[in-house]
Amino acid sequence: MGDSGLRHEIDELLATEQWQKAGRQLRLLWEREGGAPLAGYVVAGFEKIGHHLESTAHRCVILRSFTVEPIVPALKACAYTSGINLAVHVGEFNAYAQELLDGGSRLYAFQPDTVILAVQTRDVAPELWRGAATAESIDRVTAQFDGWITAFRARCAANLIMHSLEAPAAASQGVYDSQLEENQAAAIHLVNQNLRRLARRHQGIYVLDYDALVARHGREQWGDERKWLTVRLPIAANNLIHMAREWMRYLAPLAGKVAKAIAVDLDNTLWGGIIGEDGMAGIQVGTEHPGAAYQALQRVLLDLSQRGILLAVCSKNNPQDALEALAQHPGMLLRPEHFAALRINWNEKAQNLREIAEELNIGLDSIAFLDDNPVERQHVREQAPEVMVLELPGDPAQYARAVRDCPAFERLVLSEEDRQRGKYYAAERQRAALEQSVATREDFLRSLEQEAEIRPVHAMTLARVAQLTQKTNQFNVTTKRYTEQQIAEMSRCPGWQVLSIQVRDRYADNGLVGVAIVHDRGEVSEIDTFLLSCRVIGRSVETALLAFLANQARTRGARRLEGWFLPTKKNAPAKDFYREHGFTMLSETPAGQLWGLELTAELPYPEWVRLVTAAAEKA
Amino acid sequence: MSGDILTEVRGVAADVFAVDAKTLNAASSPEQVAAWDSVQHLNLVLALEGKYGIQFEPEEMEGMKNLGDIAALLRTKIAAN
Repeated sequence: MGDSGLRHEIDELLATEQWQKAGRQLRLLWEREGGAPLAGYVVAGFEKIGHHLESTAHRCVILRSFTVEPIVPALKACAYTSGINLAVHVGEFNAYAQELLDGGSRLYAFQPDTVILAVQTRDVAPELWRGAATAESIDRVTAQFDGWITAFRARCAANLIMHSLEAPAAASQGVYDSQLEENQAAAIHLVNQNLRRLARRHQGIYVLDYDALVARHGREQWGDERKWLTVRLPIAANNLIHMAREWMRYLAPLAGKVAKAIAVDLDNTLWGGIIGEDGMAGIQVGTEHPGAAYQALQRVLLDLSQRGILLAVCSKNNPQDALEALAQHPGMLLRPEHFAALRINWNEKAQNLREIAEELNIGLDSIAFLDDNPVERQHVREQAPEVMVLELPGDPAQYARAVRDCPAFERLVLSEEDRQRGKYYAAERQRAALEQSVATREDFLRSLEQEAEIRPVHAMTLARVAQLTQKTNQFNVTTKRYTEQQIAEMSRCPGWQVLSIQVRDRYADNGLVGVAIVHDRGEVSEIDTFLLSCRVIGRSVETALLAFLANQARTRGARRLEGWFLPTKKNAPAKDFYREHGFTMLSETPAGQLWGLELTAELPYPEWVRLVTAAAEKA
Repeated sequence: MSGDILTEVRGVAADVFAVDAKTLNAASSPEQVAAWDSVQHLNLVLALEGKYGIQFEPEEMEGMKNLGDIAALLRTKIAAN
């Protein structure tokens, strides 16, 4: 079925053990015609490739009140194509409540990273489904969820994704229902509002808007009543893939498979036509067809930028022509200031993407690439395989949707830093200009007028601190990943300090950009985590934070500060950090090196960073 | 409907069971194919319903003994459409 040429190629690649290429083509096949019937083939292919392809392991339990087994292969296929090797355990039919409440259940024994609670209105709130809702029943259903969440959180630090309750396609009282001020759908929405409130009280608990998912695909079309009555499968065969994709929009950010930036082509991607040939008056972008499709894409890209995803241009063009259109075309929503990096030249795109990654201080695997030209997409897939290449449909009207639906752009937590990120990078461009105009490096650092604020983690910074441990790959000595829940627990533990650092300079408030976790063991104070966002590295902030840790440990009575450097593929920038700061290597194992510093004297702070500290307050 | 339905059914079943289509024939049954359990049976039915735009009756789902049966059943359902 479908693209048999591509399938033959994949079979051939698998048979000849060309794993990387096979993985790439499997991903392409799934992007082009992914669906439940193809899932078995794609999953089997990825399983053959196995460890030859790098992927992140993630363990997921699905608790359910209906048949979900036919969705699991599609979910695994989606996960594989996003670089996640998903282990799935499906809970017993309708046993979700006891599994949540019983600490000895298979749910907890599986040690999941993420748990999905897939329930329907008719199972958890039959009276709401029948339309006989009262205030008591709304309270009862809410209290029931509250009990499950509380029990779950007491037993497990995993993420929990709860399905919201869906309204039925037809109200039980017919059109009369529409005459009531507090009708059936309103009662169900009230429960959903309560669920969101409950979720916000805890860390790592998220609501999946199942009602919106069903509505998006049409309430009458979503279900298959006959399959529900016979095999307890309420979702129609051709909608199973939509359920899998919706779960993926949560699992991708939870597994850390996110794009930090998107690099876009210009001609026939950001606007219709070719600027070098058609000129300003000839290209199409605006409120009317055919330019409206391109403007719709720009609006989605603006939304991504609001989420903290950086925008970049990667285009083969004459820079003058392209920049003029970017800056002056009246139909454009995106302007040069929205882009954190610009590569408009005649170089190969893979090379330009490498340069963009370097300029933005992010890994190549954190960049998504959008281009209407299948030849360029294939070139990037082959020459820069780390890049997430988005497969685009032929019709420009579908571009906006293709970007919007990509799970790599989803975020479950948004910090103030995320919203402001675009501006930080604009300030960075100004700083770079200053650095070139100042004679010496010290003069430059002094002229930045940096101020670093070090504080113990607290309720307001918990989400950002956990996010940094999840996302920071480069300047990170141990690359230990923590959830909000784990950070909160650690900060309450005696002998443990969880600190955050916020950096301001004359151009911008860089926000919360670093985390240090130390653990006192008698005479030794050990650094568990030390990480900084790359945008402040090389400006002595790291030295200031380390000096603070050393001096604080000394005040608490420690004789030595120790810390591991655990090498990964990405943290080379932190490799010499301890050596450069006077530490000596104490031991070396296959996992990494243990460094130590005798705390005989107070460590000096760099003179060009003004330190602001809050007394270490402990609950 | 052109083409050999049995060949198409074998192709769909091969994807669902994650085996080579060449290993399947009209006589292939749940007893012979290791992957063909009740969950995969449901997956196979769903895949065929999606592909041909038809619906099997619950009794028909239970009565499918092998791929040949399924192909024959499909032929009559497609003809009736």
